[in-house]
Amino acid sequence: MASGIPRISSSSIPFYRDTRIIAVLVQIVFAIAVMAGCWVLYQNMIAGLARANLLPTFDFLNVPASFPIAESVIPYDPSMSYWQAFVVGLLNTARVALIGIVLATILGIILGIFRLSSNWLLSNVAMAYVEIIRNVPLLLQLIFWFYLTKMFPRVQESIAIGDAIFLHNRGVTLAWPEPTASFASWLWWLVGALLVAVAIYTVRQIQFRRRDRPGVAIPYAILGWMVIAGVGYVLTTVITGTAPAVLVFPELQRFNFIGGATVTASFAALVVGLVIYTAVYIGEIVRSGILAVSKGQREAARALGLTQGQTLRLVIFPQALRIMIPPMTSQYLNLTKNSSLAVAIAYPDLFYIANTINNQTGQAVPVIVMLMVSYLSASLFTSLLMNWYNRRIQLVER
Amino acid sequence: MRRSLMVPLAAALSLIIAACGGAPAAPTAAPEAPTTAPAPTAAPAAPAATTGRLEAITARGTVICGVNNNPLPGFASVDASGVYSGFDVDFCKAVAAALFDDPSKVEYRPLSSQDRFTALQTGEIDVLIRNSTWTLGRDGDVGLDWSPTTFYDGQGMMVRKDSGITSINDMDGATICVQTGTTTELNLADVFRAKGLTFQPVVFPDGDQTRSAYDAGQCDGFTTDKSGLVSSITLLSNPADHQILSDTMSKEPLGPSVLQGDPKWADAVNWITFATFQAEEYGITSANLAEFSASEVPEIRRFLGIEGELGKGVGLSNDFAARVIKHVGNYAEIYNRNLGPDTPFNLPRGLNALYTEGGLLYSPPFR
Repeated sequence: MASGIPRISSSSIPFYRDTRIIAVLVQIVFAIAVMAGCWVLYQNMIAGLARANLLPTFDFLNVPASFPIAESVIPYDPSMSYWQAFVVGLLNTARVALIGIVLATILGIILGIFRLSSNWLLSNVAMAYVEIIRNVPLLLQLIFWFYLTKMFPRVQESIAIGDAIFLHNRGVTLAWPEPTASFASWLWWLVGALLVAVAIYTVRQIQFRRRDRPGVAIPYAILGWMVIAGVGYVLTTVITGTAPAVLVFPELQRFNFIGGATVTASFAALVVGLVIYTAVYIGEIVRSGILAVSKGQREAARALGLTQGQTLRLVIFPQALRIMIPPMTSQYLNLTKNSSLAVAIAYPDLFYIANTINNQTGQAVPVIVMLMVSYLSASLFTSLLMNWYNRRIQLVER
Repeated sequence: MRRSLMVPLAAALSLIIAACGGAPAAPTAAPEAPTTAPAPTAAPAAPAATTGRLEAITARGTVICGVNNNPLPGFASVDASGVYSGFDVDFCKAVAAALFDDPSKVEYRPLSSQDRFTALQTGEIDVLIRNSTWTLGRDGDVGLDWSPTTFYDGQGMMVRKDSGITSINDMDGATICVQTGTTTELNLADVFRAKGLTFQPVVFPDGDQTRSAYDAGQCDGFTTDKSGLVSSITLLSNPADHQILSDTMSKEPLGPSVLQGDPKWADAVNWITFATFQAEEYGITSANLAEFSASEVPEIRRFLGIEGELGKGVGLSNDFAARVIKHVGNYAEIYNRNLGPDTPFNLPRGLNALYTEGGLLYSPPFR
């Protein structure tokens, strides 16, 4: 083949000088070395744990946890198992992550747009905010917010806003609707309204496609849902004689408020801290996304007579979104993982509860494994969702 | 050219394997080789995993003692110049005195209630003396071995005087501050469950935070061991506004603990602790040690290591008890120095008196 190079018969080179064989051998040796290393570490761990009579097991998960948890999405009391306590932690983390992601996205988008504003005050306030928040460690910020909650008066001397909102150093107590006996019948209306909303959305989408014009169907769907639900509420009240839900006003008892809903100081401090911190990064992503859309697009939109708002909403933002989604995903993951700092401000998140379980049972290895698997699955799930969304909005090139 | 890269790579790989495999491959062989102990700078406490902990400590020249990371005046606190003092700290010093005839040979590791047992399990510390309660679970599942109780305590509850609370039965619906990773956390839930009362916990990983949240009024009650409450009350912004309820919610025997699986080291810590009890029983103090050293009473001569070989049996020097008394004193001296009438706490001895005076301190005979 290559006439200039002398042919070397494979038999004339000993195998230890044949680069192809060496390449394979080195890889095999490396793989064995990695596996041996892992095996040695594992054996070392098992030997150490066995000496202390601490062999890892998952049996403890069915034992009653017997420690109290300050707040929980699902009913929990100390007689439930460690496994249930772990799930409580998982849900508490999910709650913070979900609320945090939604609020941080809204605040971040506002921040990003402000930074690009031609208004001197707006853009500079936004810049100062970004520079201060970005350069102070998150843990410090969380502790700051938590200490701020201590400045509020004691429960007995709460700051009352009307009869509905009470601010105190244990959190915020709000008047909250509670379902009554007729709630079940209204629930049917809600389900019906949801079906109607889906129908409206589908019909509008088909219409847009037929006319080959862009349009947003969601506002119509939401409007439809609200109308049906509202009509249902009134009709249920008239027919059954009781409203499906009543607003319960909190009442101060001897120690705490009874009735209504209380957002604890820990939860509030954690959400505020995470949102304010993550919004900075989201704001920068939004800014970079908008700036990455070519200037000609904006000029063309303006030339067509679109207003500034329409330009942003219909031309710039949809294109910026394509650039923003991948870095946004990692900020969502960061927020979820950063929520483990809750341990410093007494919010019982996953990491916090896992630590307590570890401490009370001594089963460090299984607990850490469960913790790692939980955070990993949560992150992978978020990535999966965001990747799906990313694919959906990508430009389809033909 | 390519081959010359491969050779060092392969050599490095085999070295890594050898280095990793070396330590755990021979768990029983190589009993002690302090000078060749693997990576002595990286992990000072690590060699004890393979040889005995006591030998490792002797080779290292200091004992690593886990103490409270939050100031708990009277039990463990650090002053401005970084000097540790307190009841628990004195027992750390007693161990160092017995081993090295020098109470300053202690490395203190401040630990939170969440980290403390992990620090023992991983071998980061030699002994944990951090107002920790001896329970069956911790003795078994958590993998510790407990030394004799040095302080018999019980869980109490602190409330504001103006709250009108006179007992735990008044506390239905109250918000209570408690530290996580403690027996207190568990007892609190148990006691309220048993009484059919509800409560809202506010649980912190850190003792300081727990106290300051209570101080700010974020909780109606603050619960921990009574000794801890007596100590904490001095740190509140206005101690006179607070009171400790008379209810005792649990038994809290506090004492030193070591990692399970090293009976020799456990024995050493046990008998160093007993020596402080026994010294008080004999009336030997750091002041009159010289007089007792001249004693002709055989059991006192044995106790002080003047005759016989008592220390050797537990891996200590024969005069370990004398060393402890000389540097740290007997139990009464330790107690009075940190918690007694001349301190702000003025805690009565109560259960922590010798058995001869109606208390629970009782040392097996030194013979």
